[in-house]
Amino acid sequence: MKVIYTDSLVIGGGLAGLRVAIASMQRGYDTIVLSLIPAKRSHSAAAQGGMQASLGACIKGDGDDEDVHFGDTVKGSDWGCDQDVARMFVNTAPKAIRQLAAWGVPWSRVRGGDREVIINGEKVTITEKHEAHGLITARDFGGTKKWRTCFTSDGTGHTMLYAMDNKAIQLGIPVHERKEALALIHEDGVCYGAIVRDLITGELAAYVAKATTIATGGYGRLYSVTTNAVISEGIGTAIALETGVATLGNMEAVQFHPTAIVPVGILTTEGCRGDGGLLLDKDGYRFMPDYEPEKKELASRDVVSRRMTEHMRKGKGVPSPYGDHLWLDITLLGRKHIEKNLREVKEICEYFLGIDPVKEYIPVRPTQHYSMGGVRTNATGESPTLKGLFSAGEAACWDMHGFNRLGGNSVAETVVAGMIVGEFVADYCGANPLNVSTATIAHFLKKEEKKITDLLVRDFGENPFALKAEMQQIMMDKVGIFRNGPDLEKAVEELTVLNQRARHIALRNRISSSNPELVEAIRVPKMIKLAQCVAYGAMLRTESRGAHAREDFPERNDRDWLRRTLAAWPDDSTDLPDITYEDLDVMKMEMPPGSRGYGVDNIILHPDSEKRMAEIEEITKANSAAGRFELQQLLNPTPIPEKFKGKNERIGRGYK
Amino acid sequence: MSDQARVLKFQIFRYNPLKKGDKPRMVTYEVTEAPGMTIFIALNEIRETQDPSLQFDFVCRAGICGSCAMVINGQPDLACRTLTANFADGEIKLLPLPGFELIGDLSVNTGKFMRAMSERVESWIHDQHADDVNYDKLEERMDPDVADEIYELERCVECGACVSACATKRMRPDFLSAVGFMRLARFALDPRDKRTDDEFYEIMGNDDGVFGCMTLLGCEDYCPKDLPHQTQIAYLRRKMALIR
Repeated sequence: MKVIYTDSLVIGGGLAGLRVAIASMQRGYDTIVLSLIPAKRSHSAAAQGGMQASLGACIKGDGDDEDVHFGDTVKGSDWGCDQDVARMFVNTAPKAIRQLAAWGVPWSRVRGGDREVIINGEKVTITEKHEAHGLITARDFGGTKKWRTCFTSDGTGHTMLYAMDNKAIQLGIPVHERKEALALIHEDGVCYGAIVRDLITGELAAYVAKATTIATGGYGRLYSVTTNAVISEGIGTAIALETGVATLGNMEAVQFHPTAIVPVGILTTEGCRGDGGLLLDKDGYRFMPDYEPEKKELASRDVVSRRMTEHMRKGKGVPSPYGDHLWLDITLLGRKHIEKNLREVKEICEYFLGIDPVKEYIPVRPTQHYSMGGVRTNATGESPTLKGLFSAGEAACWDMHGFNRLGGNSVAETVVAGMIVGEFVADYCGANPLNVSTATIAHFLKKEEKKITDLLVRDFGENPFALKAEMQQIMMDKVGIFRNGPDLEKAVEELTVLNQRARHIALRNRISSSNPELVEAIRVPKMIKLAQCVAYGAMLRTESRGAHAREDFPERNDRDWLRRTLAAWPDDSTDLPDITYEDLDVMKMEMPPGSRGYGVDNIILHPDSEKRMAEIEEITKANSAAGRFELQQLLNPTPIPEKFKGKNERIGRGYK
Repeated sequence: MSDQARVLKFQIFRYNPLKKGDKPRMVTYEVTEAPGMTIFIALNEIRETQDPSLQFDFVCRAGICGSCAMVINGQPDLACRTLTANFADGEIKLLPLPGFELIGDLSVNTGKFMRAMSERVESWIHDQHADDVNYDKLEERMDPDVADEIYELERCVECGACVSACATKRMRPDFLSAVGFMRLARFALDPRDKRTDDEFYEIMGNDDGVFGCMTLLGCEDYCPKDLPHQTQIAYLRRKMALIR
């Protein structure tokens, strides 16, 4: 039995995983990162657009601060987020970006003086403050009041990931590449690491750890067309589910990005619209202002995606062999801007579409993009039900995104959660001795060994590639951007059948070492379970909130549904997860539920909303002398780790 | 395009070093071309419908992550963004990237090579005060042009095309290669990195470093990100030559 011991085991080598690893290493704990691939190839690298942090250095970010960022994030989430977590996040994001600046990210900077930008389809000259020259600048993104999305030309995720991985290399953190965690080791409600398969040799090993962090990203590949990398299959999330102890939160909350290219689904960044790009229909008509007079193309992603779909349903889509699409027009931004700040978009258009976006429109359609759901954690990043199991980044439902994430808040979450959760992981390593019997370790190792042996000896059975394709089609057709009861019921039924069939997979290539078919056979049953959590959760949630849009229940129903879905799968022989709910407490909210200011206003109010609103008014009146920090503390006393408690400085404003 | 879809002929290098008795060979697969088909799509189709043992590496499939460099009809390139329509005769020959440890078929261990490269050039900001920075305060300013210039050199995706196209690397197994030089040039340009020219000389001032380059510039020719290898190698060489 091969056993490797460490203090902090991190599964996933993207931004969140590496940042957690850096935190535990810097606190003196032995740390190992597991990754399917070389860390620098993680899907974090694909984030082109930017990272939100309220630095307020560029002129269009003037007046920005944590409170404005908080408001945008909560509204974006359609009040589904955990406001404690959103608060920790917005307060820490400026520090995260400044730390990354010190670690080497070449953030694009403010250039003092006049510059020409495109706002609402018009050329406008804005004047950057000379005293801000050289500070980190920001661009406009959807659903934000200020220009808050910091960026590196067109390669934000790439430069962030490179700086982060370089820091990890500097600290000597081992990244065990081409390793896949197959199951978590746990006993009596405590997690002790994972059983891991070497993707080259096929060897199984137990990585035994005090703290285990899942940072494996999202589950976009449950859908046949997605912007996500091919590794974003949700396996980390699934192994948490398979413990039967850990829970997943809000799995039905799946985001569709407005502008992926047709047909392959590769993303063109929100920066295209942030920088002034427009959405046009088959007549070349700019339709978004008709639907969203205020935010237009820059409402939140869930809203823009639905408006586009609505418009195509009216027959305004551009027909193509791959179905209808719309146009993204960035020609008005000009060659110079595109070749510098949107170069990745230009390359993608040239290589995959054979067009020049400087002169031609880009065919786009809303496409699966982000998983708000994931391993449910409390504010410290730890599973509330499985001690010692942590999660960070897209894999987690830490829950700062609720039912819709804002553009630029995902890479921001990865590093901020990495910082905050990383501290709690280190605390946990310090406070808990490793106390697990080798019998337990052997039990989990043998179980995985047996599963693989069974696959290798079975003569006849299901083809894993075919099962996966069927699952992806069900999710596309029935659990998409608009949802309804009958389709969702059908999806759940069909996934139930697939889940049963997935117990009888057989291989054509029966070797235990490097074998893509075996990898697929191990993953597909896990993915089908996750798909079922999404579909079943969506079927049960009879309201529309953020990205979860029910045609048969179009209102956001705070009265009955201001709660988080929790999925657990305690019995492996069943075909459905156990679904329970966790109420969000309106009386503790810093910002009680209200209108988002974009999208359709169709809300059934929570009875506590008005009560809390009145209470907040009273507290505000009684403390009229209090500054914004004191007032915020009174309304929402959030536990932020000591390290990150300081106030953030801004140009022209100091620490106010 | 004619109504009749083409049948593409893929000749693919097959060898699994972990399989006893397996021998390197070329195997031919036929795939019916679809509009907009890339090598990524075709290889997955072959794996799913013809040979489930076929090994290759893709991650982002959008030309961003650098996983999928391979030798396509004799030239290293990113397979994910290579359209099959580019090949007039419909014949596509795929070989694994040379210069790297072979994992199997078209899959090579670029990760191991790149981590070692990063350790060798100490691919991080050298500043003893970097960890004492107070992140509540305004960040240190940087000239906007300098930030842009650093990014230009940081666009490398570590795909390994430059290494595989490098004749010097073929003769000198420990040659740092263009990917390493580009990384050094990036940090040498960065005012946040406090390393001196002497310290950089220690890393690259020898024949396995910048003085070993024969200037055949396969790196420049085959870099999928069009990075300025020629300019940067010349710049580093001049900088290093002036030191001693």
